[in-house]
Amino acid sequence: MNVYAIKAIYRFEMARTFRTLTQSIASPVLSTSLYFIVFGSAIGGRMGAIDGVSYGAFIVPGLVMLSLLSESISNASFGIYLPKWSGTIYELHSAPVGPAEVILGYVGAAASKSLMLGALILVTARVFVPYQVEHPVWMVLFLVLTSTTFSMFGFIIGLWADSFQKLQTIPLMVVTPLTFLGGAFYSIKMLPPFWQKVTLVNPVVYLISGMRWAFTGTGDVDVVVSAGATFGFLIICGAVITYIFKTGWRLKT
Amino acid sequence: MSAIVSIKGLNKTYASGFVALKSVDLEIKRGEILALLGPNGAGKTTLINIVCGIVKPTSGTVIADGHDIQRDYRRAREAIGLVPQELSTDAFETVAATVRFSRGLFGKKRDDAHVEKVLKALTLWDKRDNKIMTLSGGMKRRVLIAKALSHEPTILFLDEPTAGVDVELRHDMWKMVRGLRESGVTVILTTHYIEEAQEMADRIGVINKGELLLVEEKAALMKKLGKRKLIVELAEPIAEAPANGTLSNDKKTLTLTFDAGTTVGPMLGELNRAGVQIADVRTEETSLEDIFVGLVHGKEAA
Ligand SMILES: Nc1ncnc2c1ncn2[C@@H]1O[C@H](COP(=O)(O)OP(=O)(O)O)[C@@H](O)[C@H]1O
Ligand SMILES: [Mg+2]
Repeated sequence: MNVYAIKAIYRFEMARTFRTLTQSIASPVLSTSLYFIVFGSAIGGRMGAIDGVSYGAFIVPGLVMLSLLSESISNASFGIYLPKWSGTIYELHSAPVGPAEVILGYVGAAASKSLMLGALILVTARVFVPYQVEHPVWMVLFLVLTSTTFSMFGFIIGLWADSFQKLQTIPLMVVTPLTFLGGAFYSIKMLPPFWQKVTLVNPVVYLISGMRWAFTGTGDVDVVVSAGATFGFLIICGAVITYIFKTGWRLKT
Repeated sequence: MSAIVSIKGLNKTYASGFVALKSVDLEIKRGEILALLGPNGAGKTTLINIVCGIVKPTSGTVIADGHDIQRDYRRAREAIGLVPQELSTDAFETVAATVRFSRGLFGKKRDDAHVEKVLKALTLWDKRDNKIMTLSGGMKRRVLIAKALSHEPTILFLDEPTAGVDVELRHDMWKMVRGLRESGVTVILTTHYIEEAQEMADRIGVINKGELLLVEEKAALMKKLGKRKLIVELAEPIAEAPANGTLSNDKKTLTLTFDAGTTVGPMLGELNRAGVQIADVRTEETSLEDIFVGLVHGKEAA
C-alpha cells in the first residue's frame, strides 16, 4: 500500500475544495436554507406533525441526505473526471498505485468534503428548526456511510463519463428524482399501499429512513435494513471500481 | 544484468484494430541515453506508454529495473519517471505543489530539499508559487520534467522533449540530461529530429510503422551506414557524371558518394585522368537523416 500516494491525492483534492471554498459552501447552504424557509416555515406551519415531530424537524434528515447525496456524487465524479479531461490522468496511470490508493484518496477526499457540508447543513437547519437527535451515533454512521457510498458512486460516474454533459446527467436525471421520491419531504406511509411497495426499490428510501430514525426514533423501514442496504450498495460500488481498474475500462487504451 | 529495461516480443493492437507495435524487442542498458527515432505515428509514444503503464500491451513482456511491469507494477513504476509528449498540467495548482504531489504519488516521503534542487535545476524556483496556468509552454514543459524527477527515478522517459521548445530550454534540457546520466540515470528519449538523436544519444533505435528497425551505437551506426560525399566544383561543365556520382542541374557541381574510410586521392586522380577540370573540392558526412531515409526505404522495398 502506497500511503504517500493516498495522502498526496487526498491533499490535492482537498486543496481543490478549499480553492473554491465559497462556492463549495455557499450554494448548498443557500439551497438548504431555501428549503427550510419554503417547506419548514412557510408551508410547514400549515402541516400537522408527522409521527409526533413537526414538519420542519421531519424534513431535516431528508434534506441532509439530499445534500449529502448530490454533493458526494458531484465532488467525486468531478474529481476523477477533471484529470481525464485535462490529460493529467497519465500520471495516475504511470504511478505505483492500485485501486486501493486511488479510491482512498479520491473517495476519501470527496466523502470528507460531503461530511463537512453535512455538518454545516445541520448547523444551518438548527437556525430554522429546533430538531432533536435521538441516536447521534447512528446519525454519524449514516452520514459517513452515505458520504462514502455515494462518493464511490460518483467516482464511477466520473470514470464512465466522457463529456461534461454526461457528468451532470446522472445526478440530475437519476439522483434528484430518487431523492425527492425517496421520502425526503414525506413519510412513505402517506403513499397508497401499492406505491409504498414500489417505492421500496428506491435505494434512497433506506438512506432517508435510516437517517430519520437516527433523528426521531421512527423510520419507514427498520434501521438495520437501512444500514444493511446502504452497506450493500457500498460493497457493490467498491466491486465495480475494482473491476474497472482491473480491466482498465474507460481508463486505458 | 546490464539491461535496465528489457522488452520482449511487444505487440500493440489498439481497439480500433490499428497495429501500433509489431513484435518489438529492445534491451536498454543501464546508464545510457537511448534515442528512439522515427517519424510521427511510428509508435514511439505507444512503446513508452506501455513501459510506463499508461497503455496496455496486447502481448509481450517488459522488465523494468528487474520488475515485470504488469505483475510487479508498483516496483517497476517506482523506478520510472515520464515526461509525456502532451503538455497536460493542473492549471490551478502551483508549481511547487504539483511537484510535491508527484513525489507523494510515486511513494516517496515529502522532501522539500529535493524538490528545491529539482526546481532550481530547471530554473523554476522563482516560479514555485505561481499557478501553472500563468506559465508559458516552455515553462510548463519544465514543470513536467520537474514532476518526473520528483521521485528520483532511475529510468527517465522523455517523449518528444523538445517539441515546441525554445533554444534556451533545449540547451538547458540537454545539460540536464547529461547531468542525469552522470548520476546514473538511464534516459530514453523519442524524437523525430535526427540532430537531436545525433547530439544526445549513446545509442539510437530507429522505429517506423511499429517496427524497431535497428538499435545501434551512434558511432557504429554512422560508421556502418555512414557514407561520405565528395563535392567537386567544376571549372568546366561536363556532359555526364561517372557511375558513383550525380551532376547538378547546371552541370557545374559533381557529387561523388563513397564509404567512410576510403580515401579521396584516387577518386580525384581518376577525375583528373578523365580530363575533368576541378575548381574546388570539399567533403561532407551524410547526416543521420540520409541514413534514416535509406533505412526506411530499404525496409519498405524489402
Ligand atoms: N488510442 C489509440 N487508438 C487507435 N490508434 C492509436 C491510438 N493511439 C495511437 N494510435 C495510432 O498508433 C500509431 C502510433 O502512434 P504513436 O505511438 O503516438 O506514434 P509516435 O509517438 O511515434 O508519433 C499512430 O498511427 C496513431 O494514430
Ligand atoms: Mg509520440
